[in-house]
Parts: sequence; structure tokens; C-alpha cells
Amino acid sequence: MSEERKEEGKALTDEEVEAAPPADAEREAKLKAAAEARAARAAAKEKADAEAAEAEPPKPKPPSPKQPELDAIIALLKREVADEAVEDAYVNELNGDMPTVIVNNTHWRAAAELLKRHKQLQFDYLRNVSGVDYETHMEVVYHMVSLSSKREAAVKVKTEREDSSVYSATPVWATANWNEREIYDLLGIDFPGHPDLRRIMMPDDWVGHPLRKDYEPLDSEV
Amino acid sequence: MIRTEELLLNVGPQHPSTHGVFRIVVKLDGEVITEATPVMGYLHRGTEKIAENLNFTQIIPYTDRMDYVSAMTNNYVLVHAVETMMGLEVPLRAEFLRLIVMELQRVASHLVWWGTYLLDIGAMSPFLYAFRDREIIIDLFNELCGARLTYNYMRVGGVKWDAPPGWMDKVRDFIPYMENKLQEYDNLVSGNEIFLARIKGIGQYDAATAIDYGLSGANLRCTGVDWDLRKAEPYSLYNQFEFDVPLGKKGDCYDRYRIRMEEIRQSLRILKQALQQFPEGGETMGKVPRVIRPPAGEVYVRIESPRGEIGCHIVSKGKAEPYRLKFRRPSFVNLQILPKLLVGETMTNLITILGGIDIVVGEVDC
Amino acid sequence: MEFSLESISIEERKELERNVFMGTLEQLKAWARSNSLWPLTFGLACCAIEMMGTGASHYDLDRFGVMFRTSPRQSDVMIVAGTVTKKMGPLLRRLYDQMPEPKWVIAMGSCATAGGPYIKSYAVIKGVDQIVPVDVYIPGCPPNPAALIYGINKLQEKIRYEAKTGKRVTGR
Repeated sequence: MSEERKEEGKALTDEEVEAAPPADAEREAKLKAAAEARAARAAAKEKADAEAAEAEPPKPKPPSPKQPELDAIIALLKREVADEAVEDAYVNELNGDMPTVIVNNTHWRAAAELLKRHKQLQFDYLRNVSGVDYETHMEVVYHMVSLSSKREAAVKVKTEREDSSVYSATPVWATANWNEREIYDLLGIDFPGHPDLRRIMMPDDWVGHPLRKDYEPLDSEV
Repeated sequence: MIRTEELLLNVGPQHPSTHGVFRIVVKLDGEVITEATPVMGYLHRGTEKIAENLNFTQIIPYTDRMDYVSAMTNNYVLVHAVETMMGLEVPLRAEFLRLIVMELQRVASHLVWWGTYLLDIGAMSPFLYAFRDREIIIDLFNELCGARLTYNYMRVGGVKWDAPPGWMDKVRDFIPYMENKLQEYDNLVSGNEIFLARIKGIGQYDAATAIDYGLSGANLRCTGVDWDLRKAEPYSLYNQFEFDVPLGKKGDCYDRYRIRMEEIRQSLRILKQALQQFPEGGETMGKVPRVIRPPAGEVYVRIESPRGEIGCHIVSKGKAEPYRLKFRRPSFVNLQILPKLLVGETMTNLITILGGIDIVVGEVDC
Repeated sequence: MEFSLESISIEERKELERNVFMGTLEQLKAWARSNSLWPLTFGLACCAIEMMGTGASHYDLDRFGVMFRTSPRQSDVMIVAGTVTKKMGPLLRRLYDQMPEPKWVIAMGSCATAGGPYIKSYAVIKGVDQIVPVDVYIPGCPPNPAALIYGINKLQEKIRYEAKTGKRVTGR
């Protein structure tokens, strides 16, 4: 699946625009021009950023082939949502260079909309939602893929450990519904905006959230 | 129009057609469902929590018990995830063995589905036919790894056992046998008027809904979306083989039925090619460190199980145990669409639709 | 009905001795019951697939008069095939209470016997004998169909033995 991606963000965005169904020729041309300009800006900015960051440590490794994809996502999120929407971003090399973005909790709702609906991204298929208890904080990880372009991304949203809450992605992807209920049940993360947030696996009168690292089971045998 | 009093009906958790301990509470107006609320968790065993205290080799048996109808693909998704993290090479012979058992498992799993689905709809004998032929595959697995259902066959870096002498020939003999039987099944069931009347046009949805709900496997492909991970994001050796991805048009139970039957044929086709290309000699275990300790970081891998996309998300802190292990279970995600499909359907169609989704409760609840 | 043994010939008498068995009514009942055990299809987890496999064409449980019933009110033996979770426990007890007397329970597989591989789980009951009395435990994860048939044979043996001797094999 990791075909050789074009090194430049610009060329990549061209591809995407072509993949998107054109309404009419004129609009398409306009879109194309806009996308090119946008990507060029983003690429320039990212280049500058990357150069600044890479000034001190010598980096022998070549940049990942998925780096432009990640840059495109970051640029879009920063431009369309907010500058501070992206807390951190990296290419997860362990996982076949998965572009991974850590999105600020307060901007997650808008970011989710953008990730799904934006022509350039179109992450229409949410694969997996998992919650992780890092003991210092909680994290919800969304793995998504675009069925048309087969590009993947992972988005993480961090929240505090106590009174943790992450905006629900259910209105955006219906897949998230039960997954979020499961995370609420097992990890105790609240999802405001969820249509029906109840326990799903454990009985309704269960005390505690079993997958939390500090969970103490009541039976002596365990 | 005559309105009847609203009736609350509880189906399950002990119900012969819910395929395990799955419960659904339906509100009925006469015979028509106005609201459906699935209740699950009756088989929630806390696999993910147990896994946090076990090393990766010890977790493999737990994956068997998750989707117990297709244990081999579950084995594969875990070892594949660990191998991806550690960058391990799997010997060609082991990879071939894995692929062969996975495809056999797909056939066996679809046979269980076919038999039980028809049993749900009211046909008794297909169940007996399906289990008769599934028994051959189970015997093959039994010979290979000594278990009939929970195989624990794959290891990080390879497979536990090489094929015993003569095993490949038995698989080779099985393929034409199964092809004949498929013809028999089609003669027996696929053209049956009553059967068609019960499943055609039932439980219909379109591609956009399927994608929105994150459906996978035959549930997604029945709407015409060409998304089989074996083709779309090839893993293992699938890009070496020729096979078709059967697609539906209408997105109803009939399309799902047809796709699964066709998938058995395609699996047999893959098996035929795999047996031809099977390497003569070679190792079945790659070079694996004594203690399997993936580097710190995280990984999400996904493969195509008979029920759809099964994924494994591992968060590792560089220890022998995972820090967090989450499985994306296709049955769990596929089942989400059920309340939406049931509204406006009659009570009899509940079983048809639920059976058509093809769930395994061990996997729904995990 | 009057019946005198003197009126019959010696050959007929010998024939009768070969074909008439003496026993108590309890034994007769046990004989009938043990040969028509109707289990409740109580598939919970992996073992349920093996149970289905045992009932299907290859192993054919019908040979032993074992026919699966889908309602607890028509069955006399409950085969607990799979992991019993804390959420399922009360429902299992309720189903057991709905079964008519006499009734027996087979704990199939290590999960139903003692928690099995899920012994360390927060959600699992460690052995179904904490909720209902169990007559036969079948080890295995999951047990082979042959093991299930053996377990059913053991239960039949138990039913006949108890009727014959009036002793309980296990205390309830």
C-alpha cells in the first residue's frame, strides 16, 4: 500500500483534486488553482518549520514518503480550524509511516468535520476508536481512512485523567457511536454530544471503569 | 388504519437465533418494529485487560476465543501487529501456511454462517450439510495443530507447526470436493422461492450509509463498495494471487448471501494457487528474539476476516506486555447499523436481518 | 389381570425369562429419562460451536436421544457451553429455575467449570457451580465433541445409578 508518493505536497494535492468528482470544468480549474496556492503556502511554511526544527540534530534518515500527506493535513487544520488546533504531529514509522496528528481537545469537533468533509482529505471511513489510559492523561485515538484515495491517518485527542471528556465524533462518523460507549464504559471518558451515552459492556450498576490502570477488582480471586 | 397497543418484546439473551448471548429489546406496533435497542455485554470477558498482564505469545490463545468461528484470522492480526512493530521477517513457507489456513478458515466460517442463517430462517437440513463439510476443514486443522476450534497456531515470526506429511494433499483433495458441494448447496437453497422471498430486498441500505457506519466485509461490499483489504491494502501474500472481490448492487440480505457464497469459491481459488506455489522446503519460524519486546510506540494493523475488517491497536512501552491492546472487532462495528435497519420491519425480518449481518457474540463483546 | 405362570408351556416360560426385567419404578423412570435427555441450547461462547458440531451430522447427538430444545420449559438438562459473565449469571439462574424437575446441569469446558482462561477477568464468574448445581464437568477448551458425548454418557450413568441405589453421586 505504501506506493512511492510524490515528494512535493503540491503534486499530491493535484492528484487529490483530480480524484474528487468535478462539478464542472470551470469550478474544477478554480479549485485546482486554489489548492495549488494553498499547498504551495503550506509546503513553504512546513519547510521553514522543519528546517528550523532540524537545525540542531543531524538527521541521517530521509524524510518519510508520507511526510507530505501529514503536512497537508496539518496545514489544512491550522488554516481551517485554528492555529493551535494541532498540538503535535509526526509520522508513525512503526506503523508503515502512518501520519499521526494530535489535535487539541477544544478544536476536535471542528477538526473532525474538516477531516471527513474536506475535499482534499475525505477521511470518510472511521476504522477504529480506542481509548488509552496513560496514567498521566487519557487519550482517544481515531484511525481513519479515505476509501477513494486509500490514504490513512491517525488522530489523537488528549484529555485529563479526572473528569476526562472528549467531544463526541458520532455526529460526524456513525461508527464512533458504540466505540465511544465502550470507551466510556471501560475507561470513563465522557463524550459530550453523544446521542446515547450509557454503559455497553458492563451491567448498568457496575462501579468503576475496568480498563483504567488503577482499577481494583472487587472479587478476591482476581 | 388500525393501531394496536404498543408492545415491548425482549429477544434474548437466550434465544436460538441471536447466535449467542445477544439481546435486543424491540418496541412493536402490531408486528411492525418501531424501535429496537440492542443490549450486549453478556459475553464481555475483559480480554483487553487480561492482555495487559500477559506477554504477546500468551495473548495468542485469547485471540482464538474472541471470534471463535474464525480463530486463524484473529491469530494473524495479533502476530502481524507485533511483527509490524518489530520489523520481523516471516519465512516464505510460514507465510504460505498462514495464508492457506486463513483461507480454509474463511471457508469454514462462511459454512457456519450459511448453515446457521438458514436454520434461523427455518431450513434445518442446510445446517447438517454445512457442518458435514466444515468437519473436513476442522479435521485438517486438528491434524495441523491439535485443536478443533481454538488453534493457537501462529506465533510472532512464523507458525508453530509445519504441515504434517500428506497434509497438503488432503487440502488439495478438499478443493474439488468443496466446489462440488457448493454446487449442491446452490441447487438446494440458492434458487428456493421461499428463501428468496424471505431475503430479497430485506435489510437494504446504500453505500453512503454503509461507509458512515463503518461496515466492513460482505456488509460493505453488498452495496457495491469495492473494499476488500486483501485487495485494497494487501497484507501477507495476497497480492501474488488472482481472485475477484464479489460485489453486490442493492445492499440487501440477498446480496450479502450471494457475496458470501461467492467468497467461498474465491477462497478455494486462492487455495488452489497457494498450493501450486507452496515452497518445497524452508523454515517455519523466522529469527525472533527470545523475549518478544516490541519497541515503544503504537501500531494499528487490519486484515480482512470473514466478517470484515479486524484490526489490532497495540500501544507498547517497550516491555514484553502491551501497555494497551485494543481489537477493532468487525462484528461489533457491523452490528451498529441493526437498530436503524429494524425500524419499520416486521418481527420475522429481525432474525433475517440479524443473521445476514453475520455476528459472532464473542467478538461483539470481546 | 389374572396371570398364572402354570398355564404356559416351558418354552414360553423360558422365553419370558429372557425378556422380562424386574426393577423398581424409579429405575424405569431413570431408564426413560436417561435415554431422552433434552438439553437447552444454552450456547454462550466458543463451546457452543462445538456443541452445535456435536449435534450436527458428523457426531449426531440424536443417536443418544439427545435433542436440543430452545425453551427451558421443555428441557431437562442445561449444557452450559461457555464463559458465564457476571452480567449473564442472574439470567442463567433464572433459566435454570424455569426448567421443570428433574433437571441436570453439565458444565461444558473450563470456563463453565472454573473460569478457565478468564480466571483473572473482572467480568467472569469463576465456575457456573457458584450459581447452579452442576452434575457433570467436562474439561477442555473447548472440549472435543467426543468429550461432550462422554460427559452425556456419564450423566446417563449417574441418573441410572442414583435410581438404582438411592444414593446421591454428588451432594446438592
